[in-house]
Amino acid sequence: MEAEIVYIVLAAAFGMFMAWGIGANDVANAMATSVGSKALTIKQAILVAAVFEFLGAVLAGGAVTDTVRKGIVDTNLLASDPKLLVYGMLAALLAAGTWLFVASKNGWPVSTTHSIVGAIVGFAAVGIGIDAVQWGKVGEIVMSWVVSPLTAGFIAYLIYQSVQRLILRQDDPLAMAKRYVPVYIFLAAFTITLVTILKGLKHVGLDLSLRDAYVLAILIALGISVIGSLIIQRIQPDKKAEKNAHFHTVERVFGVLMVVTACGMAFAHGSNDVANAIGPLAAVVSVAQNGVITAKSTLPIWVLMLGGGGIVVGLATYGRHVIATVGKKITQLTPSRGFAAELAAATTIVIASGTGMPISTTHTLVGAVLGVGMARGIEAIDLRVVARILVSWVVTIPAGAFLAIVFFFIFKMVLP
Amino acid sequence: MANVLANIFGSSPVRPLEKHIGIAFRCAKQLHGFFAAAIKGNWDKASAVRSEIERLEHEADDLKKKIRLGLPKSLFMPVPREDLLELLLVQDKIANRTRDVSGIVMGRKMQIPADIATQFLEFVDRNIDAAKQARKSVRELDELFTTGFRGAEVDLVTGLIEELDQIETDTDDKQAALRGALFAIEDTLNPVDAVFMYQVIELTGEIADMAERVGRRLELLLSH
Repeated sequence: MEAEIVYIVLAAAFGMFMAWGIGANDVANAMATSVGSKALTIKQAILVAAVFEFLGAVLAGGAVTDTVRKGIVDTNLLASDPKLLVYGMLAALLAAGTWLFVASKNGWPVSTTHSIVGAIVGFAAVGIGIDAVQWGKVGEIVMSWVVSPLTAGFIAYLIYQSVQRLILRQDDPLAMAKRYVPVYIFLAAFTITLVTILKGLKHVGLDLSLRDAYVLAILIALGISVIGSLIIQRIQPDKKAEKNAHFHTVERVFGVLMVVTACGMAFAHGSNDVANAIGPLAAVVSVAQNGVITAKSTLPIWVLMLGGGGIVVGLATYGRHVIATVGKKITQLTPSRGFAAELAAATTIVIASGTGMPISTTHTLVGAVLGVGMARGIEAIDLRVVARILVSWVVTIPAGAFLAIVFFFIFKMVLP
Repeated sequence: MANVLANIFGSSPVRPLEKHIGIAFRCAKQLHGFFAAAIKGNWDKASAVRSEIERLEHEADDLKKKIRLGLPKSLFMPVPREDLLELLLVQDKIANRTRDVSGIVMGRKMQIPADIATQFLEFVDRNIDAAKQARKSVRELDELFTTGFRGAEVDLVTGLIEELDQIETDTDDKQAALRGALFAIEDTLNPVDAVFMYQVIELTGEIADMAERVGRRLELLLSH
């Protein structure tokens, strides 16, 4: 029994460390957009992030967690020696955490998701055997890494095009903004709630019928939209600021929308990225508690809450500084542009979460930003950085895999 | 990791371009005070204004270099980078011409003939108006980028550029009239002074020409 406790404590510690790292670094990318465009202050952003990251993790994070903990490794092969899975998952957590630490120290644009998936594939393929990897699933995951930024980019392009046509290019952009922004708020709230209800809530034991799901999503979205439009109606033009920038007041209207999409983005991020930390943890916990690998084991809710909590702690201790720094650098992302990027990214991520695909939220957001750029929305995008992101893909997966293999063999020797 | 998002944005040239034309205009605006002092023969005052012109011209130059350095070829922008660099170049020439013309007058302590002094000052003012209108047009750049160079904002800028063209035509007329007036009295002047006076008129008129070219460059951006 003692060995089991050691496993759980170690896994919880490593998982916490990963979650902390995600909260410290990754969340900043999700929230900095809103801070940079001044839609939220840093304090508000941290509050929004804390609440919605946690909600996203708990309400919609189940499917991705399942993929990470039992979708990549073929657990049937491990039935005779479940301890191998424990060593492997511990190794994967430590490998991904270490690699992310090294990468962020050096400012490399690597993804948490890529690290952890690379690490799990690495220990399984080398530590257990090539057949232990469910290559079909891994192929799907890798495809989703290509598809998700492209999808987000395409959606962002369409959204920003519509913003330009319906609002910015009109004779009276302010009146048009007041008319259409509540519609965008409705759309944002509707898609995110609907996908969550349809795909996520099963994991917390709620299972609504399709019709009920739609009705509920519409009602929630309408409620948020009405509150939003009440706030918008009270926005009055600021003549002095208008002299400098004609779209000042219009952007303030979009700022209201951006608060909604920021919540969506935090929620989406929580629903997908928390799995990177707690998927392996959940796998270890289930083996340690049952002594065997059970395919049908349910995800203990305390594991999800630990992940959500870890992210919030990371955010509060270190993430706030990152948000401030990044926020200052992305002033080009005004609310009208930022919301388009955020909404597109959040929608893509939440759908990916619903289908259990662990994707990179940061890369998805970068794809969305490029989409806005394609719609002639952004003044200057540095393509060198985009190229660097592509390179980091190629490096991260083997790096994560290599470290995981090393740690795996160490754990196998050292741990009981 | 955290800086992926931050680094993906290059430094936007839009606000700096707007700032640059502001400096160029402030530089050109000094010419009124400069010539007013020169006509009165108050060379202390003129010299002080001339220093201010040089300072502003340097400031515009420094900003120009900074903007250029911030626009590497790897940038992806809604409009061609070359067009923005050209715009920057003509904006800068407004300040350059101001420096040149004030330099000649200062160096020779040129006496503007009293007969044409009032007419000359009006001509200078009209050139300053052109620079001001150029500034007003360029200040719409951020709005143009926001709207993706389409729609109501484009009509607004087109209107501003038309106005700029009218002011430039007006300076041309004034320049012709001024040359005529100078021709009528040139026999009374020292020949070398007369030649330089023609040159001063010519150089001053180029300020409006450059302002007009700023408008042309903006128009090119609109057609993308």
